[in-house]
Amino acid sequence: MIDRIASFGRSGADLIISLGRAGRFLAGVLSGVPRPATGFPLLMKQLYSVGVLSLAIIVVSGLFIGMVLGLQGYTILSDFGSEAAIGQMIALTLVRELGPVVTALLFAGRAGSALTAEIGLMKATEQLSSMEMMGVDPLRRVIAPRLWAGFIAMPVLAIIFSMVGIWGGMLVGVEWLGVFEGSYWGNMQASVDFWDDVVNGVIKSVVFGFVCAWIAVYQGYDCVPTSAGISSATTKTVVYSSLAVLGLDFVLTAVMFGNF
Amino acid sequence: MGLSSYISLKDVVFSRSGRRIFNGVSVEIPRGKITAIMGPSGTGKTTLLRLIGGQLRQDSGSVMVDGHSISDLRRKELYKFREKMGMLFQSGALFTDLSVYENVAFPMRVHTKLPEDMIHDIVLMKLEAVGLRGARKLMPSELSGGMNRRVALARSIALDPELIMYDEPFAGQDPIGMGVLVKLIRDLNSSMGLTSVLVSHDVKESLSICHYACILADGKVIGAGTPAELQDHPSEQVQQFLNGHPDGPVPFHYPSSAASEDFGLSGGVS
Repeated sequence: MIDRIASFGRSGADLIISLGRAGRFLAGVLSGVPRPATGFPLLMKQLYSVGVLSLAIIVVSGLFIGMVLGLQGYTILSDFGSEAAIGQMIALTLVRELGPVVTALLFAGRAGSALTAEIGLMKATEQLSSMEMMGVDPLRRVIAPRLWAGFIAMPVLAIIFSMVGIWGGMLVGVEWLGVFEGSYWGNMQASVDFWDDVVNGVIKSVVFGFVCAWIAVYQGYDCVPTSAGISSATTKTVVYSSLAVLGLDFVLTAVMFGNF
Repeated sequence: MGLSSYISLKDVVFSRSGRRIFNGVSVEIPRGKITAIMGPSGTGKTTLLRLIGGQLRQDSGSVMVDGHSISDLRRKELYKFREKMGMLFQSGALFTDLSVYENVAFPMRVHTKLPEDMIHDIVLMKLEAVGLRGARKLMPSELSGGMNRRVALARSIALDPELIMYDEPFAGQDPIGMGVLVKLIRDLNSSMGLTSVLVSHDVKESLSICHYACILADGKVIGAGTPAELQDHPSEQVQQFLNGHPDGPVPFHYPSSAASEDFGLSGGVS
């Protein structure tokens, strides 16, 4: 019994130490103003890597999720004779919830794991150490552009996801199942509020982007520099990011849409 | 610190993960000379370089480089100070997403505002010095292990440092590659007036080029001096290391319980 309590306490202490290290790491990355001449090209390169190269999975997933929502929504709503509200349902579901959340989960799986593996491998092959010995701070040169790129790319990807999803829902609802196109777009326009729905969705994706990118770069930088260590760090990135996104989604939803 | 010492370590104590690596190590590294730090694997030779470079901090004692206490430098000052240092890592540590040319140009692009044509000329001169001017367009993945280290050497001297540290430069090299590196280390030291610190357990090659050497074992310095002085050193442990004897003060057998216990022999074995 005493051992269990001790083990529980040790786990708690380890968690707090780990959070403290991650916080100190973040402060190190964000401190200092990058020089635009050197910082901008590095940021562009990372935006391409984490943003543009994630487009394919985001667009395809958005399309299918929109199409599934169209099918499911039509089946449910037609029982009540309100299939005309399908556009409203798809748009609110995507913009408020599925857009930010699914994009963040896909981002953690595609870009987050790649970031962790890349940084971990740079650590294992002493590239980060050699940078330090050349008088170049790897936190600013390697980590900061990747963190900012994740932070910037995520909301853009989430918006694209929602747009493609709404279009996919239209393909199924309007083109295939015969819902009147005017109802699809008209109901959507009347019920989706720019500030309450769209902006709140974007705020969610900004938060998720920051958290996912932070977890990914920290896990890479802090990993044990061996093949097993990098593998473990990559897994942790996906698991921690997914849990953080789902947990934060509940908190943000309660704050934004709770009405209490 | 003596006037001729560029690096001075005094009573350095350092522990990691609960294990004592250095237990009062004192080393003087003279300016403009090649000093070899030798010792069996796992004695903390690379750790010593990291203490000199400020990547690790000692628990107690002092690490002075060119009159500056490394552990007292602030983060920004330390990064500035490192511009005077070059380090050749065991793996080469080239940036895998940059070509050979861009790897050598990297420190200049970051730390100087030199025009592109001047960077071009300096990169070619540095690559010429290591015999790889013709390989400038290759990527690190296209280089052999020896070429990789020579490019890394060209990169580490790109800013004409005062100090260069070599971490196991001969490990895993064929005889030709080893000969090339020995020549390069000697030539660079004499032509650029560098202070060189060479960490290695390749006794023959290290003693052939160094002016001074010190041998680390069990967390302390067990022998130091010129190569000739070390060859005549009275310590059995030094002689065992230099001559590669399999048994001696460093035992062949890892500490264990009595063999009779492990083999389950009640009568014991002799």
